[in-house]
Amino acid sequence: MLSSYLTMAAILFCIGLYGALVKRNAVIILLSIELMLNAVNLNLVAFSKYGVVPSLTGQMFTLFSIAVAAAEAAVGIAVLIALFRARGTVNVDEYDEMRR
Amino acid sequence: MDTTFSQAAWLIPLFPFLAFLLLLAFGRGQQKLGVLLGCVSSLAGLVLSVLVLIEHMVDGTKYYQYAFKWLDLNGLVLNAGYEVTNLTALMLVVVTTVSFLVNLYSAGYMKGDERISVFYSYVALFSFSMLGLVLADNMLTLYIFWELVGVCSFLLVGFWFSKPEARAAAKKAFIVTRIGDAGLLLGILLLYWYMPDHALDFVHIGNVFEGQTGIIAASVTTWIAILIFVGAVGKSGQFPLHVWLPDAMEGPTPISALIHAATMVAAGVYLVARTFDIFQASQAAMDVVAYIGGFTALFAATIGVAQNDIKRILAYSTVSQLGYMMMALGLGSMTGGIFHLFTHAFFKALLFLGAGSVIHAVHTQNIQEMGGLSGKMKITTWTFGIGTLALSGIPPFSGFWSKDMILNTALHEKPVLFAVGVAAAFFTAFYMSRLFFLVFMGKPRGEQHAHAHESPSSMTIPLIILAALSVIAGFIQTPWNETLGTWLTDGAEKEHGGAGIVMVISAAVGLLGLYLGWLVFVKGTIARDAVSSKVPWLLRLLERKYYMDELYEALLVRPLRGLGHLLNAIDDYIVDGLVRLVGGTAVLFGRGGTRVQNGQIQTYGVVTLLGLVVLIVALVGRRFW
Repeated sequence: MLSSYLTMAAILFCIGLYGALVKRNAVIILLSIELMLNAVNLNLVAFSKYGVVPSLTGQMFTLFSIAVAAAEAAVGIAVLIALFRARGTVNVDEYDEMRR
Repeated sequence: MDTTFSQAAWLIPLFPFLAFLLLLAFGRGQQKLGVLLGCVSSLAGLVLSVLVLIEHMVDGTKYYQYAFKWLDLNGLVLNAGYEVTNLTALMLVVVTTVSFLVNLYSAGYMKGDERISVFYSYVALFSFSMLGLVLADNMLTLYIFWELVGVCSFLLVGFWFSKPEARAAAKKAFIVTRIGDAGLLLGILLLYWYMPDHALDFVHIGNVFEGQTGIIAASVTTWIAILIFVGAVGKSGQFPLHVWLPDAMEGPTPISALIHAATMVAAGVYLVARTFDIFQASQAAMDVVAYIGGFTALFAATIGVAQNDIKRILAYSTVSQLGYMMMALGLGSMTGGIFHLFTHAFFKALLFLGAGSVIHAVHTQNIQEMGGLSGKMKITTWTFGIGTLALSGIPPFSGFWSKDMILNTALHEKPVLFAVGVAAAFFTAFYMSRLFFLVFMGKPRGEQHAHAHESPSSMTIPLIILAALSVIAGFIQTPWNETLGTWLTDGAEKEHGGAGIVMVISAAVGLLGLYLGWLVFVKGTIARDAVSSKVPWLLRLLERKYYMDELYEALLVRPLRGLGHLLNAIDDYIVDGLVRLVGGTAVLFGRGGTRVQNGQIQTYGVVTLLGLVVLIVALVGRRFW
């Protein structure tokens, strides 16, 4: 049983990773990161039920990380909006200030 | 036994070496300095050499040797030093005399050449090397100086390096003599290997091969002797390595006289004479030397008949006369070889310097364009005539006595070689009379003759001195007076008696050659194309020097050049290809690196991910290996 959860989480993580690496739109990238986080959460929940020492700790961690993710998404959106105002675009490949 | 001057003999090579160093340091742009230093240093060497020779003549055999330990490599001891024997003393005088006269002559001949001080520095370096070679007391020191004279010959043949022919001739001279040198080196190594205590000095060599025969196996002795002879073949222009000497005439004429007639080319003869004990220990080696020498004498003399370049005729004559010397050595007569070397040095240097004087006047080397110079250049004509008579072996000039001695030895030892020698003597007289009559007699055949005039005194004085030496030098050894032979070989070598018939034959043959030349080229009794019209291929064959150059071209040069191209291609495509591949790969990685560092987080993410994948694959893969 555990393996099907883990497989599901892995597929989800890969989709998220793929989106984070190839998408140009910053909003979609943030979405993809959420997907990856959720894949991790899924793992945590699965381990709390089917792990070697089942306990509630995993579920607690999940809640914790969802809360942090929500905060992160808020900050991320705020940064994005600020960036959009400054540069007039949400395409990440045009954010190359660090290169110079 | 007073050896004051012999002890100071090491100074003789140092005089020209000092001149060389001074010219190297201060000679640039100087016109007079070279002449001054060259003449003074060679005169100093000449004076000291004459003193050494007198010391050796006064009361018989004297011998002085000095050697020091040069290298000691864990028991492998190499000595360097010098020794003065009678032979050495004689050679010292020959070399310094010709060297001094050529230095003097060059003051006139090379006047106005902007690199005259470079010329003099080369000549000084050559004199140093040649004198060092003469004085060397062991094979190794001799080999060092042997190579040095080769370098100087290369530098001087290619002195006018802006001419492509001079460059080619310099390279040819260097490479062909190098082949001989390789043989000599092998001979020295073989000698070193088999000699007791690895001694390489001439005293030990003499002891081992003369006194204690059997220490070294007969076959090894033969090999050592033949390999040493290969070195002599290269330097002395013997068949089949003679091809460089005529081409070397591209160098300045004084050089042809100094290096390519009197000194360096004689070094081969000198080498064989120095190591004569080795040769005498092997009859096979002696036969090789004798037959190669005899063949070369006739071979080159026939080529000389059909050449038109004044210096080339003399060059083939040199090859031919060196053949005589080798033949004498091969027949066991060291005296004969050295005696002919001694007289030949004077009259051949005289002939070359005379030819230089002619070239100086008419600015051509083609004897067909000369003629009628006797009226305008009296001193040159007379001295050249004396040289011609001496070379043709007409009594009482010096060449007669030395050639006669060789022919007499040949008659007693190997009558076949006597016949060869007589034939060569006939051709020698014929081509020399052709040369003399075409250049100095008859009517002028070129336009330059209107301006032709006698050369300056700096050029004619050496001619006169050499002419005088060419007349008298032969009297140190005649059938009635064996001074040289007794002195040189300590009385060990007895001359063959009954020289009368040989004297008559050789003089008659020489005169016949001259008379025939006179008939053809002055009187016109015999048409000039009498032979060429009947057998044109024979003349072609002689004009093309028996197609030796073409033969070398086809047999050696082309295959070697092909091999060179092949090796070059391997170098270009395989070796360089590998190097380029390594460099290209690094560049490619670098380009990829810069492409990746584009400041975008996503790219970095991809690289990180790929790195992770590689790491995982590697870690997992290790399980299955």
